[in-house]
Amino acid sequence: MNPEPAGLLYCNCTYAQIIDPAVKAGVLRRLCDSGRSFEAVADLCEMSARRDPALQRLARQPGVKIAACYPRAVKWLFASAGTPLDPAQTEVVNLRELTEPAALERLLAADLQPNLPADKSPASATSAPSSSS
Amino acid sequence: MSLRDQTHLRVVLYEGRDSQPLEGGQRFEILSRLLGQGFAVTRVGESGQTAPADDGPALVLGHFRAGAAEQLSAAAPERMRVAEVSGLSGEQVAAVVETTRTERQAVQPGAWKPWFPVIDYDRCTNCMQCLSFCLFGVYGADSGGKIQVQSHDNCKTNCPACSRVCPEAAIMFPKYKAGPINGAAVRDEDLQREKMKVDISALLGGDIYSMLRMRSERAQSRFSKERDSDKALQERQKCLTKLAQAGDIPAEVLMSLPSPEEILRRAGEARAKAQAALAAQQR
Ligand code: SF4
Ligand code: SF4
Repeated sequence: MNPEPAGLLYCNCTYAQIIDPAVKAGVLRRLCDSGRSFEAVADLCEMSARRDPALQRLARQPGVKIAACYPRAVKWLFASAGTPLDPAQTEVVNLRELTEPAALERLLAADLQPNLPADKSPASATSAPSSSS
Repeated sequence: MSLRDQTHLRVVLYEGRDSQPLEGGQRFEILSRLLGQGFAVTRVGESGQTAPADDGPALVLGHFRAGAAEQLSAAAPERMRVAEVSGLSGEQVAAVVETTRTERQAVQPGAWKPWFPVIDYDRCTNCMQCLSFCLFGVYGADSGGKIQVQSHDNCKTNCPACSRVCPEAAIMFPKYKAGPINGAAVRDEDLQREKMKVDISALLGGDIYSMLRMRSERAQSRFSKERDSDKALQERQKCLTKLAQAGDIPAEVLMSLPSPEEILRRAGEARAKAQAALAAQQR
């Protein structure tokens, strides 16, 4: 059990129209009104490609709920930037598939339900290749 | 300029100790505006954790009690700026952030549309087909011969073609419309999507490169006397349209392909790179 609620990370998917804008706005508004601290990013994809150092501090939180898209995509976006998420400490809330109330229910719930896809082998846990290229 | 190794500005909307909470509507307006302009924002509220501080430049926005802003910026004058935002609209706050970003020479978000392949290494078998296929040098191999995406911004926006050649459905484009390319779980039916690859191959009589070469040769012999480049181009357009329909590849992308000769050269280079990576792995 974490002593504090998990950290919250909201991805706005700014450069694509793949998430219902009403769901995005509803989730962001509710987070704003919640009094909770949270991280909001414009586009996790862009941050991954740029290896934005913010990803490291986001991945390092002891327990995080990420409002973005599919858990498989989120897992490998972080891993390929060299900042893998801890599968035991990460829950991805898929705004592409969930309704606004369902997404908020999971984001603001006290418990964390880890749901990153399982690693095929322990070695692949974070096995994006080394950054040397 | 490389996408990496750039300075990033951290924006913090601070509503913790020594500050007054913003009015709810203003908070939402500021956040929406900054996110819409590509910035990432840490909102510090009454409770809950945020990601730890780091040593990059930061801009802290808030409605501070007297003297608090000065105190805060004095803590790290080199890297931290503090801005009072009470009464400002989202647009005005965005202008403040943009000014600081420019001063700090931090990366300009949104200058490039983030469309690129993401490899699911739980599925990837390192077969190098993607590397051999891509003409734009998006893929490479690390020092251990493992496939990786190296030049994200070389990828052609909205083109998911390489995901179609991956036999393991291991290539995702998170912004793609449909699964499993968008990252949705891979189902057994998707693996028969291998069929899609076959379809493309059938259509092309081998692969895109040999198709283009064939077309080019045919066009050359047909038009060798008059060298009717318009007709040759039309011919190419016709087959590219077919390919676009089969592979969901935007026509603009296909039309921006280099000349058939250049395609052959690049394809050869890509294949050599893939072979070298595979050889490195076996060593
Ligand atoms: S991680 Fe998903 S939700 Fe976020 S920008 Fe990428 S595709 Fe959009
Ligand atoms: S084609 Fe697919 S399985 Fe083969 S190396 Fe590329 S991502 Fe991996």
